[in-house]
Amino acid sequence: MTDRLPGFATLAVHAGAQPDPTTGARATPIYQTTSFVFNDADHAASLFGLQAFGNIYTRIGNPTNAVLEERVAALEGGTAALAVASGHAAQLVVLQQLLRPGDEIIAARKLYGGSINQFTHAFKAFGWNVAWADPDEISTFERAVTPHTKAIFIESIANPAGSITDIEAIAAVARKAGVPLIVDNTLATPYLIKPIDHGADIVVHSLTKFLGGHGNSLGGIIVDAGTFDWSRDNKYPMLSEPRPEYHGIKIQETFGNFAFAIACRVLGLRDLGPALSPFNAFMILTGIETLPLRMQKHCDNAKAIAEFLAGHPAVSAVNYPGLPGDRYNNLQRKYAPKGAGAVFTFSLKGGYDAGVNLVSNLKLFSHLANVGDTRSLVIHPASTTHSQLDDDAKVRSGAGPDVVRLSIGIEDKEDLIADLEQALDA
Amino acid sequence: MNHDAYDDNYIRSILNNVKSIAMVGASPVNVRPSYFAFKYLAQRGYDMIPVNPGHVGKTLMGKPFVASLADIGRPIDMVDIFRNSSHIMPVVDEALALTPPPKVIWMQLGARDDAAAEKAEAAGLKVVMNRCPKIEYGRLSSEISWMGVNSRTLSSKRAPIPTQGMRLSLNRTSLGGGQTAASDRAAKNKSETS
Ligand SMILES: Cc1ncc(COP(=O)(O)O)c(C=O)c1O
Repeated sequence: MTDRLPGFATLAVHAGAQPDPTTGARATPIYQTTSFVFNDADHAASLFGLQAFGNIYTRIGNPTNAVLEERVAALEGGTAALAVASGHAAQLVVLQQLLRPGDEIIAARKLYGGSINQFTHAFKAFGWNVAWADPDEISTFERAVTPHTKAIFIESIANPAGSITDIEAIAAVARKAGVPLIVDNTLATPYLIKPIDHGADIVVHSLTKFLGGHGNSLGGIIVDAGTFDWSRDNKYPMLSEPRPEYHGIKIQETFGNFAFAIACRVLGLRDLGPALSPFNAFMILTGIETLPLRMQKHCDNAKAIAEFLAGHPAVSAVNYPGLPGDRYNNLQRKYAPKGAGAVFTFSLKGGYDAGVNLVSNLKLFSHLANVGDTRSLVIHPASTTHSQLDDDAKVRSGAGPDVVRLSIGIEDKEDLIADLEQALDA
Repeated sequence: MNHDAYDDNYIRSILNNVKSIAMVGASPVNVRPSYFAFKYLAQRGYDMIPVNPGHVGKTLMGKPFVASLADIGRPIDMVDIFRNSSHIMPVVDEALALTPPPKVIWMQLGARDDAAAEKAEAAGLKVVMNRCPKIEYGRLSSEISWMGVNSRTLSSKRAPIPTQGMRLSLNRTSLGGGQTAASDRAAKNKSETS
């Protein structure tokens, strides 16, 4: 008998979860505990020394979180994953494994505004320098590579404009530079795009968005593709050198193709501390069970709404890669043929004031700073999420003054269109 | 035999059928991967024999070190080689000279010698390269899932209660090959370039 590969929807429901050993509970229990008893002193020593698999303390690992980790690893096609408190925590923990003071990361200019802030300010204070490159101009990534470059960071579908990134082209630059490609797959989810299939070495998510999907829990995750050789030229001492905090263990030598996920856990999460609450892990796991159904509905609704807006006289432009003629339409058909996601922007002829008015006239869309909820959401980035950027950077990241961002929910599309119509006409 | 990716059933049948394992290159130093694997497999009930000429006179988890496979003096099911790729062939030659020879040659994570594998297979042995038996055991039993590792298996049956020394069931439904497609590709690229 040869092994049969289950489909995405089966993995979304089952991967990582098994009926509870003691009670037989079928849903994943919430192991709401800080700590776990040891069998004996030797067991404790084995766990602390990374010699045995097992639970110690919820800052390092938790059985509910472990189900979430295995599930997302399976959906992304990675070797292992680590769940953390938020998408931002995932980015912090990943880069802590890769960069020392004075090192550089090349990042796509088109990123979530919060990530631009994190990289520009918080990471700068750690001595991690960022070189910005334009994902629509692959040569800017090539030119940004220096001997200090340690990683390249992109979003598969970029927030806020929903533009699609040519992952394979940037993966080729990373491979040539001998550095890992990190892809933030938050807005696509593995239902639409599996970055590892296109050459990503590490995938990060804000689980807060479509994966959790119900706007009720913050979370983040790091997926190890198992593809990068961390020891090749000693550029990544966290993985290739004996670790003093574990009596000289070398992480890659010991853990092979899931070494990066282990380093993030036992060096990153253990010491930096942004652990995910098991309750949030449970909420997010429940969300993931319906990811394929929700994501398709999100995309189908978004396409209908993008088409409606494109035909409306008050609208000057719609940036939705799912529309024929959109500059990202070819990339969308290559990377995300099932749908172009549900976060996109459009511009109003009336500029900044029209954007502010539209937001206040909407009755069904919620005005808030999140995306990837069952509910439809709206925001005017220039006055909110991207307000800290200067005007030039606003335009470059797709958040000019006339731009409104939508995150389309799973309501009936006719109701969403009617709401937009009355608000645009008001 | 394709050594870039193994079917789970192949690994499973090896781990379910071997009872005694001679570990060549076993280390008594408790931060070495060979020590981790030796201890783990011993706790899962395998009859482990440490082989390392540099440590004769010492013991590992109560088992005395022997200098060579020939010194074991009884039949063994599997030889687990904790040496790098350039030291594999002499160990395989030594294993094939035993009567009876072992049934399985296993080369540790990072170790691969295709010529040695071919020789052992021609003599009727099963071969695994570039894998860790501890990781494979943990993966197929899903014990490794506690570390967020993708076990690539599914089960709707109640999980066994994990206690020390207990052999968890390895018989879960597998999701295709032993590793992810991407990591197999990476291993293959690496072996082609090195
Ligand atoms: C693409 C993307 N990455 C990362 C984040 C940060 O995630 P979190 O809010 O969970 O820290 C967000 C949040 O909006 C996002 O949209």
